[in-house]
Amino acid sequence: MTSPETSPETSARPVDGGHTAVLTPVLTLDDVHVRYGGSHVLQGVTFEVPATGVTALLGRNGVGKTTTLKAVLGLAPRTGSIAVRGNPIETQATTRIVRDGIGYVPEDREVFAGLTVDENLRLVDPERGIEAPIVRDLFPDLIARRAQRAGTLSGGQQQMVSLARVLLRDNTVLLIDEPTKGLAPKLVTEVADVLAEVARMTPILLVEQNLALVRRIADTVVVLDAGRVVHRGRADALVADAELTRGLLGVSMRREGAA
Amino acid sequence: MSDFVLLATTGLALGALYFLAASGLSLIYGLMGVLNFAHGAFMMVGAYAGWLTMTDLPPSLSVGVRLLVAAVVAVALGAAVGVVVEVVLIRPLYRHHIQQVLVTVGLSLASVAAAQGIWGADPRPVEKPDWMSGTTSLLGARLPTDRFVYVVAALAVLAGLLALLRLTRLGLIIRAGVENRTMVQALGIDVQRTFTIVFAIGGAAAALAGILYAQYAGSVSPAQGGSLLIFAFIVVVIGGMGSIVGTAVAAVAVGLVQQLANYYAASGVGDLSVVLLLALVLLLRPTSLKGATA
Repeated sequence: MTSPETSPETSARPVDGGHTAVLTPVLTLDDVHVRYGGSHVLQGVTFEVPATGVTALLGRNGVGKTTTLKAVLGLAPRTGSIAVRGNPIETQATTRIVRDGIGYVPEDREVFAGLTVDENLRLVDPERGIEAPIVRDLFPDLIARRAQRAGTLSGGQQQMVSLARVLLRDNTVLLIDEPTKGLAPKLVTEVADVLAEVARMTPILLVEQNLALVRRIADTVVVLDAGRVVHRGRADALVADAELTRGLLGVSMRREGAA
Repeated sequence: MSDFVLLATTGLALGALYFLAASGLSLIYGLMGVLNFAHGAFMMVGAYAGWLTMTDLPPSLSVGVRLLVAAVVAVALGAAVGVVVEVVLIRPLYRHHIQQVLVTVGLSLASVAAAQGIWGADPRPVEKPDWMSGTTSLLGARLPTDRFVYVVAALAVLAGLLALLRLTRLGLIIRAGVENRTMVQALGIDVQRTFTIVFAIGGAAAALAGILYAQYAGSVSPAQGGSLLIFAFIVVVIGGMGSIVGTAVAAVAVGLVQQLANYYAASGVGDLSVVLLLALVLLLRPTSLKGATA
């Protein structure tokens, strides 16, 4: 552990300037554990995702960020309490959890490579697919590539398919895992623009290594280390504190790319 | 020349039967990761259901009509058995691959033993319609007409499966699931229902293979399903787990190699050649084990 929990109360504070009353968190994790075989990956993770804005889930590689998202979705064997708007979901199956409003954009996009762009979208929205208004508004570049196999798209385009796919459904909260991983700086900016736009309507729990992007779009941060939450607070406060950033994440802003 | 045409036609016919046996096996493995050793039992269900139906229908009906009714009964029963096996045996063991193998091997052994207990181990003769027993002249060769029936049946099933996979929502979910079933679930799609339907399709195709193989052999016997299953597995591995077109191509290749090698080399070399073909494919294209797209 690199730091004690510096401000556990901050996560319940509204992040839009304070004129809204304290909102019920959209997602609550309480003492969540995940064990894979002999390894205890999550060791009592507890935090809340506010009902607005972007919450960034940070930490070094291998501390359990992706596992936390998978635990929420029921894709990892978990114990403890997980609730969406106060409704427990920890015993439900993945399909049910997603239908009830948790959208998931996995690490490495995971588009269906052999399916066309349109087919990838029609899996979620059989009626509209590529013709859905959200695609026209946020991902216009995909329309010309509707008949192209998703496996032949660039990483950035695949990321757009992965994002578009999940936005075709009404989501209560989005879990997005490293959406800018491996992307060129220009594409990182494009993805950040989309995320900022999406976050105006739907709260996001975002796993991200790019601190510049975190500074730009995240309101709240939760930092994990060795399967536990070691810091919760405002994103701007963390990013502005080079000492704290280095202590928690082992990096500083200067080494990060642009968003 | 006429020998070759005869051998090639018989090879194609065998390939057609292998395809029917293997198509469900391939989809089930591709989508669910289940190696279904009970697939031979599905074929046996088809063969025996067909034989019993043909025997029980009034003899006043022509053999062809009785065979047609028997095929419908066999396919329906095969689909039903597929559903029951998925729901009762496979679903509780989802993600437990060793246990799945054990339970499907167990079911396969038990079903053979049950068939032996009820109907005996000896082959029971099956009636064949006159028009299927005859021959058709083609390219100077006199070819048994039944060979064409198997090929037409397999082509119809292939066309049906391709239409299902490419034109329907269920097919879209199956193709996506063959690539990454976890992600299909993570998009909120109920893949469990798809598993059951794929087992039903596999059971139906295998039962059709069973009743047609009984026609080819002229008899039903408890061991038939198992011997067809071995070649079906080889076909699935060569064709790429989960790929229907790959399965069709591999089935034809296996059928042809087997027939031609048996005749031009020596009797028995055909089966050996098939295993060599499998080894060759695995050496040159090891990815076919992991499967392709449906």
